[in-house]
Amino acid sequence: MHNFTITELIDGLKKRVFSSEEITQHFLARIKNLDSEFNSVITLTEDQALESAKLADQLLADGSASELCGVPVLHKDIFCTQGVRTSCGSKMLDNFVPPYDATVIENFRNNGAVMLGKTNMDEFAMGSSNETSFYGPVKNPWSTDSVPGGSSGGSAAAIAARLAPGATATDTGGSIRQPAALCGITGLKPTYGRVSRWGMIAFASSLDQGGPMARTAEDCALLLNCMASYDDKDSTCIDRPVPNYSANLGDSLKGLRIGIPKEYFSEGLNSGTEQAVRDSLAEYEKLGAELVDISLPNTELSVPAYYVIAPAEASANLSRFDGVRYGHRCEDPKDLEDLYRRTRAEGFGDEVQRRILIGTYCLSAGYYDAYYGKAQQVRQLIRQDFTQAFEKVDLIMGPTCPSPAFKFGAKGNDPVAMYLEDIYTISTNLAGLPGMSLPCGMVDNKPVGLQIIGNYFDEARMLNAAHQFQQVTDWHQLAPAGIES
Amino acid sequence: MNWETVIGLEVHVQLATKTKIFSAASTAFGAAPNTQACEIDLAMPGTLPVVNKQAIDYAVMFGLAIDAEIGKTSVFERKNYFYPDLPKGYQTTQLEKPVVGPGIVEIQLDNGDTKSIRIHHAHLEEDAGKSLHEGNFRSGVSGIDLNRAGTPLIEIVSEPDMRNAEDAVAFAKKLHSIVTSLGICDGEMSQGSMRFDVNISVRPQGETELGTRTETKNLNSFKFMEDAIHLEVARQIDLLEDGGEIIQETRLYNGETKVARSMRSKEEANDYRYFPCPDLLPVVISDEHVEKLRKNLPELPDARQQRFMDEYDLSQYDASVLSADASMASYFEQAAKQSGSAKLTANWVAGELSARLNAETISLEQSPVTAEQLAGLIIRIADNTISGKMAKQVFEGIWNGEGDADQIIEKRGLKQVSDSGALGAMVDEVLANNQAMVDDYMNTDPDKRKKKLGGFMGQIMKASKGQANPQQVSQILAQKLAKML
Repeated sequence: MHNFTITELIDGLKKRVFSSEEITQHFLARIKNLDSEFNSVITLTEDQALESAKLADQLLADGSASELCGVPVLHKDIFCTQGVRTSCGSKMLDNFVPPYDATVIENFRNNGAVMLGKTNMDEFAMGSSNETSFYGPVKNPWSTDSVPGGSSGGSAAAIAARLAPGATATDTGGSIRQPAALCGITGLKPTYGRVSRWGMIAFASSLDQGGPMARTAEDCALLLNCMASYDDKDSTCIDRPVPNYSANLGDSLKGLRIGIPKEYFSEGLNSGTEQAVRDSLAEYEKLGAELVDISLPNTELSVPAYYVIAPAEASANLSRFDGVRYGHRCEDPKDLEDLYRRTRAEGFGDEVQRRILIGTYCLSAGYYDAYYGKAQQVRQLIRQDFTQAFEKVDLIMGPTCPSPAFKFGAKGNDPVAMYLEDIYTISTNLAGLPGMSLPCGMVDNKPVGLQIIGNYFDEARMLNAAHQFQQVTDWHQLAPAGIES
Repeated sequence: MNWETVIGLEVHVQLATKTKIFSAASTAFGAAPNTQACEIDLAMPGTLPVVNKQAIDYAVMFGLAIDAEIGKTSVFERKNYFYPDLPKGYQTTQLEKPVVGPGIVEIQLDNGDTKSIRIHHAHLEEDAGKSLHEGNFRSGVSGIDLNRAGTPLIEIVSEPDMRNAEDAVAFAKKLHSIVTSLGICDGEMSQGSMRFDVNISVRPQGETELGTRTETKNLNSFKFMEDAIHLEVARQIDLLEDGGEIIQETRLYNGETKVARSMRSKEEANDYRYFPCPDLLPVVISDEHVEKLRKNLPELPDARQQRFMDEYDLSQYDASVLSADASMASYFEQAAKQSGSAKLTANWVAGELSARLNAETISLEQSPVTAEQLAGLIIRIADNTISGKMAKQVFEGIWNGEGDADQIIEKRGLKQVSDSGALGAMVDEVLANNQAMVDDYMNTDPDKRKKKLGGFMGQIMKASKGQANPQQVSQILAQKLAKML
């Protein structure tokens, strides 16, 4: 049952092959039995899940069910859930129970989806390996001595281990696409402004974007149909009709122009990863697409620009965690200064503190122009690179990340090596463009991700391209050893 | 040495919007602590600001009123600092691109001179909450009330164009008059609706370079501001004349104890690390919208003053006093129209009524004497039913809720005797009973006889129990005495 895709589950629910309660029970049991190995779920919401499954079964019986009615999903613990602890992977929020739902959560609830629980993540979404979580690292189901990627590592690992058929995630510099690649699943970061950020705990507000993760592009389309909405509670949300992302999945790719940026195949790219990506591109040619060599000349500037802008925004976004109104507070502060110092020193992990310090430094008097000002200019250049590229091509493709999943601790002492993990994904966040990752091969028994970058609001075309690829390949159907049954 | 004082003001004006600048919580004053703070005001994780359009309109209206450039695209920025009553750890404000650019405010001095004070700019921002320290809250504990957090403010920044406390007070009063006339601020100084930061420096007369300035913050009455300026100017001059040096610092003035102290020096000042707020889009204001606001702008104090002079034939002084405050202006106009005697109404509104309101520190809106009732009183003065002296008693009666003017006149038998026959008989009687006074009058040098009339008047008024019409009496008396010569 856990090998069913969301599409298949919806079909089975509609045909009454099984009830929502049955599949919810099934996935809850899997999480309880198997997740001790992966640590992908922080909070299991068993009672609520069964309650909503029963309600969904009634709606399904009435025939008044919405698209995702009765489908169990996991939510990244960055989305606020009313009455359910929302930790953001941090000690700081270990005791935080929001009195409101994120808009994304509300959308899923309104659609009848069943929340199984909240997934593990890098603390405040800062990390590419899920090693920064207060709740311990998530293990990659393909190789439990390796990282699942981050920051949405819990969502990705849970889907790979068949603990849930789909999950929500967020992406600030690659946090959906990189773990999707490393865990061999499909994930989509929509255009900035497509999915509401209300109730999604901010890391870097101008880059953060929520999106779906599932095993197939077809399932991601279903989840995005539910997630995407205009929300007047988020000023950066764009008021534009949400298309039916499932509608054009079957379109032919004949004549599709795919840009291949030479900068995405430079040194630092694992040869096995490169081969898998090149083979996939050859597959696209067979599907009728045309490959076009392009250049995104400012790609190498994206990592330094990102590591100024994201920490700068984060340094302000995380100031609210001061021990005054909610969250962690140090014991017996002797004065205000002591309250701030100890609360934040105890509540935040090393990587979060590192980024707050970087961001604070970049915005300081005398440094602003050299760092933040310059980074904004680079951001403009990167945006122009893409604008020019999309005059010639419909989609851009390349590797999602330089290599398959690395071992725990491999990059722990070298933040810059960790930051380079996001070299191919960061520029789309800086430009606000949609990007996705889908499984396209295996290296050393670990999955490789193919990245698809689309023009603004071109998610439907990306999903169509991914779905067509998944019609002729079976990388997305592979399961980690021991998971098949 | 002669010293010249140089003063610039930063004025915080609370805007009279129903809800906060970035949330839907109420801005009403005086609610129980923390009952008007929603999740956005509390800076709960994942919450986002949405700008209140009314606040932007109000700021633009202020800009139009002072003939300023309106920022077609204004940008909110984050001003970062930690304080318990600042929930987000940053204040959302404007810096590089404020909504209101340079403008001019004309002030009128007591000697009738006018002076132009240049406005550097005015920007929109959110107010902080309030910290209630020991004594105001609970022993050993500080409390935080976030009801005020997020209340919209415009901060109006003047150029250093004022030269003494009189200029500064006139400027502050003019701003008060403008914002209350526009209806964008309730003008309640005691509730903190307008607060002044005063930048003060002194320099030798004739010097063109500015001296080192200090900033005295958060003065919330014209009187406190005036006192604080006198105190600070004297302190600076004393210091300089003793060979000392002014330190650039922020000072606090206590209006109750009349003592000022240093709060922090320039070296201790925060580095606020401003940067554009990524949660809010730049505010774009179209020319059409600005024109719409301009067309609907209420009458401004200067225009109203001129109209009062033209329409009611008031002196410039009376017109300026009555036009400064929008509610006083409308009260005056209503009473003047109903009574038909503008000049007399002006005297009563600016005189007796204002004095009484001031004495009891209540606002015109709370006045127990309505404009209609005052008009009724003035009609009876104008038609000689009562004397000015009686009018004061009648006013007192209306104030105390005894009824309208006519009812009180009737009840107290205050009718003035204006019957010339009766008055003539009264005068004859007094002259007959006071032969010594008459003789004295006759023997007095004709140029000095006028001074003797008061004695007769006193006797006659006493004989009439104060009800004789004094003007008529004095005419009759003059005639009768002339005949006796």
